[in-house]
Amino acid sequence: MTLETFPLLTVMTFLPLVGALFVMLIKGSDDTRVRNNAVNVGAFISFCVFGLSLVMLFNFDTETSDFQFVENVIWFEALNLTYHMGVDGISVFFVVLAALLTPICILLCKQSVTSRTREYVVALLILETLMIGTFCALDGILFYIFFEGVLIPMFILIGVWGGPKRVYAAFKFFLFTLLGSVLMLIALIYMFVAYGTTDIPTMMFDPLAGDIQFWLFLAFFASFAVKMPMWPVHTWLPDAHVEAPTGGSVILAGVLLKMGGYGFLRFSIPMFPEATELFAPMIFWLSVIAIIYTSLIALVQTDMKKMIAYSSVAHMGYVTLGIFTATTNGVEGAIFQMISHGLISAALFICVGVIYDRMHTREIKRYGGIVKNMPKYATLFMIFMLGSVGLPGTSGFVGEILALMGAFQADTVIGTLAASGLVLGATYMLWLYRQVVFGPVENKDAAAMNDVNGMEKFALIPLAAMVIWLGVQPNFVLDRIGPSVENLLNNYYTAISLPTDELARMGR
Amino acid sequence: MTNELTIFYDLYTARADALMAVSALVLLVVGVFLKHNALSRIAIGAVTVLFVTFVMTLQQDNSDAPIGLFNDMIVYDRYGVFMKTLILIGAIAAVIMIVRDTAGHVFGRFESIILVMLATLGMSIMVSANNMLSLYVGLELQSLSLYILASMNRNSLVSAEAGLKYFILGALSSGLLLFGISLVYGFTGTTSFPLIADIILMGQDATIPMPLIIGLVFVLVGLAFKISAVPFHMWTPDVYQGSPSSVTAFFAMAPKIAAVALIGRLLFSPFGELQSEWVQIIYVLSMASMIVGAFAGLVQKNLYRLLAYSSIGNMGFILLGFVAGGLDGVTATLVYLAIYLVATAGLFAMILSVRDKNNVAAVNLSDFAGLSKKSPVVSYGLAIMLFSMAGIPPLAGFFAKLFVFKAVILNGHIVLAVVGMMASVVAAYYYLKLIKIMFFDQPSASADYNVQSSGLLRWVAVPSVAFITLYIIAPDRLVYEATQAALSLN
Repeated sequence: MTLETFPLLTVMTFLPLVGALFVMLIKGSDDTRVRNNAVNVGAFISFCVFGLSLVMLFNFDTETSDFQFVENVIWFEALNLTYHMGVDGISVFFVVLAALLTPICILLCKQSVTSRTREYVVALLILETLMIGTFCALDGILFYIFFEGVLIPMFILIGVWGGPKRVYAAFKFFLFTLLGSVLMLIALIYMFVAYGTTDIPTMMFDPLAGDIQFWLFLAFFASFAVKMPMWPVHTWLPDAHVEAPTGGSVILAGVLLKMGGYGFLRFSIPMFPEATELFAPMIFWLSVIAIIYTSLIALVQTDMKKMIAYSSVAHMGYVTLGIFTATTNGVEGAIFQMISHGLISAALFICVGVIYDRMHTREIKRYGGIVKNMPKYATLFMIFMLGSVGLPGTSGFVGEILALMGAFQADTVIGTLAASGLVLGATYMLWLYRQVVFGPVENKDAAAMNDVNGMEKFALIPLAAMVIWLGVQPNFVLDRIGPSVENLLNNYYTAISLPTDELARMGR
Repeated sequence: MTNELTIFYDLYTARADALMAVSALVLLVVGVFLKHNALSRIAIGAVTVLFVTFVMTLQQDNSDAPIGLFNDMIVYDRYGVFMKTLILIGAIAAVIMIVRDTAGHVFGRFESIILVMLATLGMSIMVSANNMLSLYVGLELQSLSLYILASMNRNSLVSAEAGLKYFILGALSSGLLLFGISLVYGFTGTTSFPLIADIILMGQDATIPMPLIIGLVFVLVGLAFKISAVPFHMWTPDVYQGSPSSVTAFFAMAPKIAAVALIGRLLFSPFGELQSEWVQIIYVLSMASMIVGAFAGLVQKNLYRLLAYSSIGNMGFILLGFVAGGLDGVTATLVYLAIYLVATAGLFAMILSVRDKNNVAAVNLSDFAGLSKKSPVVSYGLAIMLFSMAGIPPLAGFFAKLFVFKAVILNGHIVLAVVGMMASVVAAYYYLKLIKIMFFDQPSASADYNVQSSGLLRWVAVPSVAFITLYIIAPDRLVYEATQAALSLN
């Protein structure tokens, strides 16, 4: 069987689900043996998926903007739904990101999750299926099923293994996201009625005419803005992050937040170009507010996870800004920023998890001077901290600078304001690092903590290597996303230069 | 001569219903003479009969053209077959649950099984009624059996109250229904559905007489009581709470399906030409049910009251399909009904398996605290059902909602769709609340509710969970059957 006929995406999507079934079948009470078995099976399966994702990445054709590894079979005739899967430059790296972070989370739960490990692994594996499915689905309803299905395992993850306010956080996460998503579902059904199908490639670059585009755009915006999250609907994120277990935070920051940006690129811009053009200024301002406002809020946080959560909102501000500049730099920067943020914020949450497992507190004040007893940890933490700040040479720099270049091309004022976020970002991250790692020893327990162990090194060192490698070799990513972005923007500009009556003449 | 032959032919065609009627009476007599274990032995007989009826009903499926029986009092078509299939599944599940729930109690008497059978027979007549009179006979046979079932637990005050409330409000609704029927009869001169349709069609050009519309309204109000659509829903929470738990399970399944089936037939067969008149009524009923079902459920502490509001909300979603109308709308309603039936059956089967040491089923939400630690399998099963009811993909409940909303949007009722979606988000809160109680809360020290293993309930729960989870793999078959059923109605 050659790679052309091998259903690579289907196998990648559903292998974790099969693994989840196996893990569920592990018998016995919740003792160490069962725990190790569950983690090992889960890690093995998810490493296989990661291997397959690398096969996909290295067989990815960088010359074309078409969807690759496409599978298309009829699935639900009554609604004209197809099981249509495929990746292009925009989605391919998100699939790899999901496949990379899941095994890390599963391995790390060996020390951070003490009860019901088997169920934890099952939840993570199901989550992996849904995440990969979201980025591969090329049918609107299929996309929605994966996109929305994520709520179930995530709700359980936050609620069962989370912190003291986990119930509140789980409900807030679930209901916020659901409220946004059902509006998108209505819009999707409306589009099904208009197009007779929800096949994404069919709907792309074939916009509906008239005012309805604006309503549809807003409905999709409601969903993606919550998922992203954009200011002012970001309030669920700090709660969810703070309460979620380490693995949940890593997946949430690393992959789930990218679904919003991916949705903008896959649905909003190609399907509602006129509405995109109309709403872009509003989104610029929302993004700038997000960057500045949430950076200021991050400055006063006393909880490490909360600070990183607010910094995520700020970083996602660059993403929305970049996407809606509709410039090559901006969109490429946004995608790059999402990939980079996926690595860096995931690693930062792992870093917090490392010291949380030892001290069981996330209060910044309780730490200090741990560089003396944890030098390796301090080094790794520094790499990610600087990546988050956007130091040249790390992946964070490339994404932010490209997005800002796009912003300056689109609107100088917006660009200037957004650039000020870089300074603020540096302020709070450096402050966090100084308080936790340097400074006087505040706490005897903190001074007695052991340095990172083998498992933690195994998780953090590859991520650090990737952050630096993408910082000095951004072309590996940019080459692959380039053709798809070009294609997206060309079609976008073709669409918005068509006058409305022209569209009406075409029968839409 | 010919008349006698027709009777025999009619009886032969209606053999499934006839079998049910005769066996119910025979089982009643047999039950009286059984000295011990009457409940479970009669239940075995009842399940056998219901299952044979089920198989016989499925075999009638090949009839493409509707067959009128007993001077067109009854019609056999694919719509009726589809609905009867659902009702029989609900009845079988209910008998299993009643046996498990009431065996060993003072009210665990075999008569309840007979009453379920008679109610099922009544529903069977309801869904194939082709005349206002057969409609009423079927409806009353069903309702009277249900009133008695509601008050089965005669030592309990709330059960007696439930039965009485159900009876009084049910009698009131029957009265309204009869008044409506008499008005319709007065202005069309017939009670036969096809003839009413013809007469309305003939008078198309003239203005429709107002009393006919009033009659239609009264008929709809009477039936809205039966499906507990807002604002005729007041009895539902009390009856759900007061009746024995397993009887509530039956109430939530079969009678709702039968009444929806009846409304569907009335709306699209005799009153099909008056769509522009009745659509406003159904629109309001649907929207109000969705909203009240969602918001009133939020504050409930009793599980059965919660489920009552959940079913009220679900009726709102089911009526959405009728608002949309046409083939799409009716198909969507039928698909929703089928998925609702399976989810309800599974949900109740698992809820009924949660009992304290005295074998009393859990009734309060707090009784489920920390269940996932004690019995993970049932907890995950329940969670799947609840997520499905909340309409979260990839479970079957999502497709049910997708279908009705597609039909509604296709017919241009965007506002109703948006309201419905918002209501479903609100309702998601109370489904999540139960999941939260099972998974996130610690078990309370005083109460010791746990899953008491019962092989019987497993026969209901396992197929339900399997259907709800795996529906996504092959969704077309059910839709095909529903479409065929809807086609035979128009």
